[in-house]
Amino acid sequence: MTARVIELTDAPIDIDRVRSAVNDDGFGAILIFEGVGRNHFEGRPVVALEYEAYADMAVPEMARIADEVEQKWQGKLSMIHRTGRVEIGEPSVVIAVGTPHRGACYEASRYAIDELKKRVPVWKKEVYADGSAWKANAPA
Amino acid sequence: MAIKVLYFAKLRELRGRSEEELQIEPGTTLQQLYQQLFPPGPEGAIPVAYTRNRRVSQGAEAIEDGDEISFLPPLGGG
Repeated sequence: MTARVIELTDAPIDIDRVRSAVNDDGFGAILIFEGVGRNHFEGRPVVALEYEAYADMAVPEMARIADEVEQKWQGKLSMIHRTGRVEIGEPSVVIAVGTPHRGACYEASRYAIDELKKRVPVWKKEVYADGSAWKANAPA
Repeated sequence: MAIKVLYFAKLRELRGRSEEELQIEPGTTLQQLYQQLFPPGPEGAIPVAYTRNRRVSQGAEAIEDGDEISFLPPLGGG
């Protein structure tokens, strides 16, 4: 049994560590979701992203989402979200979900990222060549 | 009474700091404190969720001595 990983970090995310934390011999499916820094927004080039979090609220909320996945899909969930500067192509969040069967795994993975975007107090600033802007999440 | 206020994202930039201790009048609500700290500009107020001691709370809730307060602008995680 490996312990659940629920973290914020200002360093590059160790994807293998997130993946290993959901290992279970009873699981037939594991999905890794990566949210990745994208180089454009509505036609405007983005050169980097900057994230900040209300850590004392964000980590417990991430843990609640993991609890919900465990209860609803009999799965395991681990996730790490970045803070600070995230380069284009780098993951800003990695979510690993394991479940006994694949259908539940796709549902749980989608649920986790959607709920994270709605509920976890994290903010993203897009950095452009000539400025920057805070970007709110669109409804799923 | 003394409280601690945390600022994030756009509000941190507007306030020029990430947290501070403030003295406020007893009975002040979350919404009243927000309006005092961030009077609406020409584009109106930034919509926020209110938190008191790390829980999302109603704007009409009264702040108590020693509370940790924050105002969460629209989220952008993921």
